[in-house]
Amino acid sequence: MTPVLEISGLRKTYRSRKGVRNALDGFDMVVEAGQVHGFLGPNGSGKTTTLRTLLGLIKPNGGRMAILGREVPQHLPEVAGQVGAIVESPQFFGNFSAELTLSLLADAGGVNRSRVPAVLDQVGLRDRSKERVKTYSLGMKQRLAVASALLKEPKLLILDEPANGLDPGGIREMRTLMRDLSDSGMTVLLSSHILGEIQLICDSVTIISAGRRVTSGSVAEVLAQHTSGAVRVRLETGVDLLDAATTLREAGAQVTLENDYFTVANATNPALITKVLAQRGVYVSELTPVSADLEDVFLELTGTAPVAGQNRQVDESSISGAKNGWGQ
Amino acid sequence: MSLVRAETRRLFRRRFTSVILSGVLLIMAAIIVGTFLSNKQVTDSEVAAAKAQAAQDYQQAVQTAERDKAQCLAAPGTPDAANWPANCDEMWTPTQDEFDYTWYMAETFDLRSEYANMITLLAVLLASAAFLIGASFVGSEWNSGGMMNLLLWRPKRLQVLGTKLAVVLGWFTGLSVLLGAVWTGAFLLIAETRGTTAKMTSGVWQSFGLTGLRGLALVVVAGALGFALASLGRHTGMALGALVGLGALQIGVYIMAGLSGAKYPDAWLVPMWGFVWMYKEYVVEDIDSCNYSSEGGCTPDTFTMTWQTAGIGMAVVTAVVVGAALWSMRRRDIS
Ligand SMILES: Nc1ncnc2c1ncn2[C@@H]1O[C@H](COP(=O)(O)OP(=O)(O)OP(=O)(O)O)[C@@H](O)[C@H]1O
Ligand SMILES: [Mg+2]
Repeated sequence: MTPVLEISGLRKTYRSRKGVRNALDGFDMVVEAGQVHGFLGPNGSGKTTTLRTLLGLIKPNGGRMAILGREVPQHLPEVAGQVGAIVESPQFFGNFSAELTLSLLADAGGVNRSRVPAVLDQVGLRDRSKERVKTYSLGMKQRLAVASALLKEPKLLILDEPANGLDPGGIREMRTLMRDLSDSGMTVLLSSHILGEIQLICDSVTIISAGRRVTSGSVAEVLAQHTSGAVRVRLETGVDLLDAATTLREAGAQVTLENDYFTVANATNPALITKVLAQRGVYVSELTPVSADLEDVFLELTGTAPVAGQNRQVDESSISGAKNGWGQ
Repeated sequence: MSLVRAETRRLFRRRFTSVILSGVLLIMAAIIVGTFLSNKQVTDSEVAAAKAQAAQDYQQAVQTAERDKAQCLAAPGTPDAANWPANCDEMWTPTQDEFDYTWYMAETFDLRSEYANMITLLAVLLASAAFLIGASFVGSEWNSGGMMNLLLWRPKRLQVLGTKLAVVLGWFTGLSVLLGAVWTGAFLLIAETRGTTAKMTSGVWQSFGLTGLRGLALVVVAGALGFALASLGRHTGMALGALVGLGALQIGVYIMAGLSGAKYPDAWLVPMWGFVWMYKEYVVEDIDSCNYSSEGGCTPDTFTMTWQTAGIGMAVVTAVVVGAALWSMRRRDIS
């Protein structure tokens, strides 16, 4: 089966008097049919640029893209009817009502206008649909944007930070909505910074940093590939934790003390922990690898974990997360 | 076709469109009512009386002038000389056309002599409306992000922009024809009730028809320019800015042309060419020059501005600006 979305070697260079910026630097992405695919990356890493390029709003400087098996942007007019999209903080003409805005889009795209009330109801704007968009709150505008993307009954739904401005209830609704849509066979590409959300609803993810893909695959795969390298150590009761921790620190381990256990962050070889402690006559009662969550993987791969005492600047991210293992 | 329908709905659902169009209708109504009230039908005897009065005043003026001249000729050497010019030939002698009989009767609306001005008035009014509506129609779409949303539905950019332009111009053409008909009907009625339709030959009607067509072209060009400028700048304000800029430039150019001794500074003014477009031609004179001939004395050099030249200029400017707007739509990123 051909993927719904394929991008390879995508490049986009912004030129200005201040110099040249490679917003996309040979970016690759594949989204399989029927999946909810998360698109993650730090601020300014090129997510919106990728989506805009894909939708024909900006011209790439190189690379190829295909949607539903058709090369874009050449064949975009043929597939546009099957791609519903919202791009970063969508804006609408403020003096029209939500209803009129959508019915004009329906007219322009040759979609039956009778779908308009249905999608407005779906996103919870039914009772406010006759008011001018100018008077809407941020979350209401976001809901209107989602409604506009759903109006086409697309095969591929592209959502750039759809949760931006939504209330907790709205975020949860969005989550169920996306699950339902994906169950009905729709493919969803979702960019977001709320990683807990992504981990809950996405089948697979692509992580981008500085215009390049740093990892991709199913959520489980990505998590497995990047175990945190940290282990939780519990000692026999009655042993002084602080003492043991000091011993390990002297040996070069990064130890974080907790209430009744401690974790070693850079334990690439956990056997060394038992060895070092045993030499001091301290015995380990539990040694479990701490499983990484998506946030850990993200911070590691993009190199954007906050460092105490430093103000990280937006463009300071890395392509391959620095790993300095201990004990290997 | 669905895009045409969507754009038509969008155009007429905008409040700006209805405000401007209502304004146009109000101004038209005010002019029609004002003309109706300020004119009055005159009877043949009133005309005859006015002619007689004019002739009488003329005769009187001639007599006064002759008497003055005689005094002037007699004056040299007497204390009275200071009251008269040295060369008595320079003194004013009245001519027949300085005593137009129409001034001696109530205002009356002569369709034949006045309707061309009325056509021009309507054309200028509609052209201003077309410029503003054309500019705001596309300008606010760009400005509000509506254009981007639309392109997600219809990725063919030229088709989208071209349809918008065609819809604005198409509706304005229809509206102009309709309002032109209403206008003609109203002034025909005014002429019949408050003036005269004398000497309205088919040739005169034909000439009015052609003036009307040129007026329509003016409306379409104004609409296209407003639209294209706003689309180029991706903001309604760009079109208005261009207009203000042109105004400032014109004043500058006019002053510079005068200072640098260009022969016909008037020919550097765009509104002058608009005038020529509507009235077919205008002769500008170089008052500093003198072509001496024995019978006429000094006649100045002249330059005839013709509507053909004005038309070519208008077409070229429109093509360039609209072309640039389309090119920019095709090439530039949309954000
Ligand atoms: N029109 C533009 N001109 C110049 N540079 C641009 C332009 N648009 C984006 N960029 C640059 O391209 C890079 C990628 O931007 P992009 O908007 O794709 O980031 P993003 O991944 O969507 O970030 P965020 O998470 O903040 O939304 C940034 O460095 C940005 O400054
Ligand atoms: Mg973004």
